[in-house]
Amino acid sequence: MQMSFREILTIIHGMGCGGLLLLAFSGALIQFYRICTPDRSAPLSIYEQKLLRIYLIALAVLAWSAVLSGAYVVYPWYRAHPPAGMTDYAEYAQRSLLSSPTTAGWHNVGMEWKEHVAWFAPIAITMVAFVFIKYGSDLSRHRQVRKAAFAFTVAAFIAAAIAGTFGAMLNKKAPVQGGAVIKIMEETK
Amino acid sequence: MNSNQPANEPVSEIPNGAAAAAILSAGVGCFCVSLFGLLGDAFPKMAHLFIFYTPTGPLSGVTTTAIIVWLVLWAFLSRSWGGRSLSMGKINTIAFLFLGAGLLLSFPPFGDFLQCK
Repeated sequence: MQMSFREILTIIHGMGCGGLLLLAFSGALIQFYRICTPDRSAPLSIYEQKLLRIYLIALAVLAWSAVLSGAYVVYPWYRAHPPAGMTDYAEYAQRSLLSSPTTAGWHNVGMEWKEHVAWFAPIAITMVAFVFIKYGSDLSRHRQVRKAAFAFTVAAFIAAAIAGTFGAMLNKKAPVQGGAVIKIMEETK
Repeated sequence: MNSNQPANEPVSEIPNGAAAAAILSAGVGCFCVSLFGLLGDAFPKMAHLFIFYTPTGPLSGVTTTAIIVWLVLWAFLSRSWGGRSLSMGKINTIAFLFLGAGLLLSFPPFGDFLQCK
């Protein structure tokens, strides 16, 4: 059982950063919904506020890690141009997709959308983390700020979900391959 | 208490200016990612200008420029609004419009439609 170096880094980008980010959104949305509900009988304790602060910072770090690793590590391999005359596009994912009208849409719509919309998530979640850190329990007095923070968290989740879904589909249609081969497990037979 | 503050909202110790600056600049930042992406797609000269890091291509410049616009606007608005209480309803509406427009512009078929492709 073996994997290439590029495949491993693509997994770290997609599953490690993107997948974890999508999972983590559920926790943030639930906490924000709790803050946004008019029931003031159960405000967040100081410990819960501290925890949410750390959680939102971690979410922002994950979002930035996902877009930066995607744009500067995986994307250059994806969009690499094959040498003139080469017809085997196994290591040239973008060219492989564009070589057939049945798969070109995965690049022209999927990757073109993903590569831009994904950046909404770190921008939005950084703002949300800042607002929560700045206002803390005082956020209960700012209904409109809470509404905006919740809406931007939802928008960040949608953006990350679009990017994640297309990322998974693109990697299924034309996986990023190449680089050194790393043996994960020895074959027994 | 500021006259713009809704009557049913409890009085806060921290003015909402800092939040308003962060929210509006985030909306504009998201919009800029899509706008610069569209400009790069529509004009080859712009795409060439956006190549800050060759292996990543125009995406590097599109996103870096949008992030710079977002952060500079955030810093500027924070300085201007930091200690003030503002009408958040209007600011939220503008921020959501930027966010919505950004989301729409980022969708490639819509960008192609604008470019009459």
